Amino acid sequence: MELTKEEERILAGEEGEARQQAMRLLVALGRIFGAKRMIRVRSAQISGVSYRTIGDAGLEFLEDFARAGARASIRATLNPCGMDLRRWRRMGVPPEFAEKQLRIARAFKRMGIELTWTCTPYYASNRPRFGQSLAWAESSAVAFANSVLGARTNREGGPAALASAVVGRTPLYGLHLDSEREPTHSIRMGFKPSNDLEYNLLGYFLGKSLGSAIPLISGLGRPGLDDLKYLGASAAASGGIALFHVEGVTPEAKRGRFDGRGLEALGIGEEDLVAVKDALSSSRDFDWVLLGCPHLSLAELGAIAGLVRGKRLRKRLICFTSRAVRAEASRRGYIRAIERAGGLVACDTCMVVSPLEAMGIDGAYTNSCKAAHYMPSLSGAEAALRSLRDCVHVAIQAGP
Amino acid sequence: MSPSKRVLRGRGAVPGLGEGEALVSPEPISFLGGVDPRTGLVIERGHPLKGLSVAGKVLVFPRGKGSTVGSYIIYGLKRYGKAPAAMVNVETEPIIATGCALAGIPLVDRLDADPLEAIKNGDKVRVDGDKGLVEIESE
Repeated sequence: MELTKEEERILAGEEGEARQQAMRLLVALGRIFGAKRMIRVRSAQISGVSYRTIGDAGLEFLEDFARAGARASIRATLNPCGMDLRRWRRMGVPPEFAEKQLRIARAFKRMGIELTWTCTPYYASNRPRFGQSLAWAESSAVAFANSVLGARTNREGGPAALASAVVGRTPLYGLHLDSEREPTHSIRMGFKPSNDLEYNLLGYFLGKSLGSAIPLISGLGRPGLDDLKYLGASAAASGGIALFHVEGVTPEAKRGRFDGRGLEALGIGEEDLVAVKDALSSSRDFDWVLLGCPHLSLAELGAIAGLVRGKRLRKRLICFTSRAVRAEASRRGYIRAIERAGGLVACDTCMVVSPLEAMGIDGAYTNSCKAAHYMPSLSGAEAALRSLRDCVHVAIQAGP
Repeated sequence: MSPSKRVLRGRGAVPGLGEGEALVSPEPISFLGGVDPRTGLVIERGHPLKGLSVAGKVLVFPRGKGSTVGSYIIYGLKRYGKAPAAMVNVETEPIIATGCALAGIPLVDRLDADPLEAIKNGDKVRVDGDKGLVEIESE
């Protein structure tokens, strides 16, 4: 790898131990992936921040790294952690867990990372522009940034994204290169998805069928931002999809560079999505409804508020979102409507990274295939898949 | 019999020098749940190295597997003084490379001969992560 004089200096430890560690990591990854040099990045999105996932080993590393002088040199934002940092008691999170999670929070704060705790930084303070280079580590946000915003990032691991935050660089390979962003498969839709659950199921099917390919989807109509959020999140959970193009919709496909000819073609019918749902969804009835994987947008909180306003919920509803979106939703009266009906709007966390079993949750209704994918293995909980609207109706009517 | 020397050439992924006795695993290693960072012992059920210590060894294995949190376990081994002196992979991947880079453990892969064949348990091995060299001294 060709390094600049400054990069050589950092690698030699002349700018401190933490920057040396960070550069050594990025150089190692660059060598493995055949990068010729480093590029500068605009922002980093850091994963691996829940005590539930990284445990004591991760906690100790983060504390050591902060103590060694690691400081963000670019905008750096954080994934959700294991609990609402203000209302964890109300969520039923055990104090021993909370204590470790708060230590992780302090380490990140010391490193100058913005404590955003969201997987949808693009709905909060960190919305990249077309063509910008990033080092992002949340797979659903990677898919959104690459596909919907036309920014450029590989699917980073948590430590690599943190290293990029510290030295402001990433090795040049993969999705940072034009040639690696071309579609590999042409997807022809036999029908148009009609709600958020169907976009989830479509994404999950694509990830499962294609692994880490780059699909060019045609015949999708006019999906909304949240539809694309769910499509990408599900495709990144069941497979390794980090970039998808939608004909006439996503920015790189709109520029008309791709015609889909010569690509391996795959047709998708409604029956394919039914099969995904049958395999992933529990048929049991649960006391809980969990929404917000990825974190709910302002528009979604508005829709939920509209459905529950003046009603009394008969199941427990938790809506997960970022603190930034919650603040705006609060100004618009959405939070009051949801919480008066008996729901809870929690921040900083979600149903994938919080300790559900310790909170007494053995299963829940949700619209998220990503959540349905991870809940059984991470916390032994099942998921019953419904559209967002149907999830809210289930909470109101107390029946499946 | 006099000891024989052999040098393998490959790719240096993480720089630095390390030497020690070889510990060779024919199977990939998952550090999360596979190795205890406080004792350095391999704890994965059914693993060929189960019960052996990686501390101070040159750990030779095909590649990493399992959770990315394994990178932090490698860092933890270093923190508790139980880290291998160096690692040699057939073909490394981000979990192992990340852990070695954070911990400052030299790592070499893509050698011109299969290290799982060329290196035997107990061989004295010297790893140069800057040049991508592995020197093997066997009895």
